[in-house]
Amino acid sequence: MSEIRFVDVAMRFKTRRGEVRALERISLTVPDGQFACLVGPSGCGKSTLLSVAAGLITPTEGDVLVDGKPAHTPGADRGMVFQSYSLYPWLSVRRNIEFGLEIKRTPRGERNRQSSELIHLMKLDGFAEAFPKALSGGMKQRVAIARALANDPQVLLMDEPFGALDALTRQIMQELLTDLWQRYRKTVLFVTHDIDEAIFLGDVIYVMTTRPGKIRTTLTVDIPRPRSFDTLKTEHFNELRNQVVGVIHEESMKAVESELARA
Amino acid sequence: MRDQAPLTQAAPASARKATRRRRGFLRTYLTPKQAIPREARLTLGIGSFIVILLLWTLGSGLIDNPLFLPSPARVVTAWIGMVQHQHFLGDVGWSTFRIVAGFLIAAAMAVPLGLLMGSFEVVRAFFQPPINAIRYMPASAFIPLLILLQGLGEDEKLTVIWIGVFFQLVLMVMDIAHRVPSEMLNVAYTLGASRWTVFYKVFLPATFPEVVDALRITMGWAWTYLIVAELVAAERGIGSFILISERFLRADRIIAAILTIGLLGLITDAIFAVIHRSAFPYVEKVHA
Repeated sequence: MSEIRFVDVAMRFKTRRGEVRALERISLTVPDGQFACLVGPSGCGKSTLLSVAAGLITPTEGDVLVDGKPAHTPGADRGMVFQSYSLYPWLSVRRNIEFGLEIKRTPRGERNRQSSELIHLMKLDGFAEAFPKALSGGMKQRVAIARALANDPQVLLMDEPFGALDALTRQIMQELLTDLWQRYRKTVLFVTHDIDEAIFLGDVIYVMTTRPGKIRTTLTVDIPRPRSFDTLKTEHFNELRNQVVGVIHEESMKAVESELARA
Repeated sequence: MRDQAPLTQAAPASARKATRRRRGFLRTYLTPKQAIPREARLTLGIGSFIVILLLWTLGSGLIDNPLFLPSPARVVTAWIGMVQHQHFLGDVGWSTFRIVAGFLIAAAMAVPLGLLMGSFEVVRAFFQPPINAIRYMPASAFIPLLILLQGLGEDEKLTVIWIGVFFQLVLMVMDIAHRVPSEMLNVAYTLGASRWTVFYKVFLPATFPEVVDALRITMGWAWTYLIVAELVAAERGIGSFILISERFLRADRIIAAILTIGLLGLITDAIFAVIHRSAFPYVEKVHA
């Protein structure tokens, strides 16, 4: 059992032009083993919320609880995957994946066993000893996901992990990720601005408002699993899609208007 | 580059000859940022040296006064003579020793301080303002003062090099440290690393390749400061050799000595390149 709970999380930044309210009283719970997606217009604070969950920034108000315990500092219980891969270029694929285990002082044999399994699972066979510079964007992100999974975190936080990939690679990665989730059943909080991606991957979609970010709508995705490429073609997928698009469009328009008003 | 390759592949074998257009001379050589054939690049590189040598020979022939511009052949003869009779290699040895010693002292101080300045705001706020100011004071201007303080010995030479290298290098290393992406560190935190672990397992290795690059660049500057210091006052060293040659109106020896410094610079550069390539095979090459 590992759930992540946000209790009245608010975030305000002080800037020269005054106070910016990035997040406003966000409360939500991702129960054990759920795949939750956060979508919203750009600048709505969805990445900020994720960094709060990771313990990388401290919220102005409220708390994040993992299994009821406050998460004020980053820890191995919440693994994070960034859009920019952030692999360590001086380490081989294998040693990148083993990084968390090395910190935990896991014995070498056990480390090797786990990384080998992940390398195979992530379709990185033959690249174990390669440096990241030899990998494509999709492969780099597979290494980053493997690195997070190797640590066996209770919660996996993913910040637009496929945002930098081309459309075809992104589709492949989404399929790989649902398969992985099917296998590991981690609690996942996934930030994206790609609506199709959110529906394809998520059990629940939280649509955020434009700044200050609040949860505007919560949508349950009742598409049966396991999901595959064919899921995208179903009528039900389209219905859900239209629902989310409508809300996001409204919020994006608000965002544009408030930008214009500020200018 | 090879933008026509897909086209030729798609065409049937019979049509291939017709579709492969010969690109004109101007198109091949004068398209901005376009790679030129390897042979052409080599020819141009070697050609530039030949042109310089030709112009030099021609110029020395026209001036016809070895006092002002000796011919290349004369310089080569002078160099051989210097090595055989003037203990020139001894001077080279002294200069090299000073460079290496002064540079090592400066680097040993500048790299740690620069790394600290780049990672801790507290350290940066304290050290950066004075270093920024001193950086604009030319090291050579300190020489008279240093002679007063330290005399004409080795200390003075090393201090000149130290001043010339340290302040530049500190700021370069600081920038390198500052540029380490914070996401790289954040990932380590979310993998359970402590601050100390993040520092030595992520932050430090992330800076290494660029630090070696910075050392390579500042090493070149060290030569300039040393020669100035030796020109002002020294009993040994390439700089003092140049000064003595001037008194004897031996332009050929001066040129030979300058060329030697250039050669030493090339050698150090090559050493750094080899270190870089073998220590950091994972670095993505920006230039082909």
